[in-house]
Amino acid sequence: MNKAYFEIIRPGIHSTLQDLGRSNQYHIGIPFSGSMDKRNYLIGNKLVGNKLKEASLEFAYQGPLIKLKLGKVTGVITGNVTFNILRKNSKIEKGSCYKTFELKDGDQLDIISTNKSVYGYFSIKNGFTGEYIWGSCSVNTKAKIGSNDGEKFGVNQKIYINKNESLSESNKIDYFNSKIEFIRVLKGTNFNFFSEKAKQIFFSKEFIVSKLTDRMGMRLEGQKIENIAEANIKSEGLIKGVIQVPPDGNPIIMLSDHGTIGGYPKIAIVISADYDRLTQLTPGSKIKFKSVELNEAERLYKLYEIETQNILGQIR
Amino acid sequence: MLKNILNLGDAALYCDFGDEINREINSNVIRYFKNLQKLDLKGVTNITPSYNKLIISYDLSIINFQSLKEKIINLDIKKTENNKSKIIKIPICLDDEFSLDLKRLSEKLKIEKGEILQSFLNKEYFCYMTGFIAGMPFLGDIDSKIRLERLETPRVKVPKGSVGITEQFCNIYTFESPGGWNIIGNTPIKVFDKFNESNPLIINPGDRVVFYRINKEEYLKFNE
Repeated sequence: MNKAYFEIIRPGIHSTLQDLGRSNQYHIGIPFSGSMDKRNYLIGNKLVGNKLKEASLEFAYQGPLIKLKLGKVTGVITGNVTFNILRKNSKIEKGSCYKTFELKDGDQLDIISTNKSVYGYFSIKNGFTGEYIWGSCSVNTKAKIGSNDGEKFGVNQKIYINKNESLSESNKIDYFNSKIEFIRVLKGTNFNFFSEKAKQIFFSKEFIVSKLTDRMGMRLEGQKIENIAEANIKSEGLIKGVIQVPPDGNPIIMLSDHGTIGGYPKIAIVISADYDRLTQLTPGSKIKFKSVELNEAERLYKLYEIETQNILGQIR
Repeated sequence: MLKNILNLGDAALYCDFGDEINREINSNVIRYFKNLQKLDLKGVTNITPSYNKLIISYDLSIINFQSLKEKIINLDIKKTENNKSKIIKIPICLDDEFSLDLKRLSEKLKIEKGEILQSFLNKEYFCYMTGFIAGMPFLGDIDSKIRLERLETPRVKVPKGSVGITEQFCNIYTFESPGGWNIIGNTPIKVFDKFNESNPLIINPGDRVVFYRINKEEYLKFNE
């Protein structure tokens, strides 16, 4: 194993290794996990010349302060992130997202905050050393699986890097994270469990993202959605993006680490094309839902994919 | 049999096998699940069986609803290995410190505590599905006289290994987790083992489960 590692001086709020996630384990209760904002994760890996499935360090709100030991490496930060590079000689460099930088032995990276967004990514050439289970090293803190024994990083821990290598030239791209006005959804399989009034509220009023939002789910408040049939259904499988409404009437959107089975009625499901930007909504953000049909959702996803490929294609 | 296929969002199929919860419908779900697992269809990322539904998730960049639906409808689902279910014996300690809701059950159902436990131990259960949290088995059916709804306010933390009952079902909390089931005991056995990557669960859908009582001493020594 390579000896070079990052020492964690300050872990940040929720720093974990994430990749493209693990499939085919829902049936035993293991969700997909993986990077919340997939596009930013992919851009990071592409900028440092990695395979697109290489593990990145995902952080939320406040990121970590880490120090490189016994090596050098090229890295990049993607998302909307404020960070500094503290050189060994005490020089402080203000960081720019989407532009690679080199870190040498003793340099520190201080990831201060994600701005008006939740998740950011630190990707390095050749990736971090993760522990793989079912084809992924993504951390799932609920089932305690993936890298770091399935826990978020803590102070004084070490994150090993796969190979000391820095790129001879820096690499960058101009990219702006666009804001989302409406979250587009498809009607859920239990749509008719809700009153006409509840449906109308759902598609016309604003909801507020609650503080009780994490990688498992986004809780919404501000409007109560009333069930007219049963508030509990027979438990059945879930996928990310499903909006469940428990008896208290406050909707919950399932995110990447969601429970795999749920027993609350599903009013709607967020379209795949809007998922990345959904996950970036901070507590207190206002959101509105807009209904689309299946063929429209499929078309929007194609568009999203083409856009992503175009962005990645611009990176040499 | 498979009654209807709807879309669940733009990246999953919602296969409906009926409204009831019974072993016949559930066996159909499991049969589809096992057949689909073997087929390993391109683009399918997850197959999630539950009591009477099957959710098939897919990668929208590889396949879409209409084409996957056609494939599923035209499948020749074979009647296979329905008799392959195993009997799993699960130790359970029913001491007061573990049976957190026994008093509530006794008061609400107006049945003696001992009778509730006896009735629970007397039955063989069937595993309908696993999930919610990693490896949690949903077992049924418990005796009709000890059925009770969930707690009004769920616990923030249900201890790992807790065995809970609600309505016709029984489950095992494989991790400490929030939950609202009536807890009647605790098992020291590892129901989910992440280090056994190819076979992490000791109870799988279709298996039969019986509980046997152990005392505190046996409970503590179980994993030595």
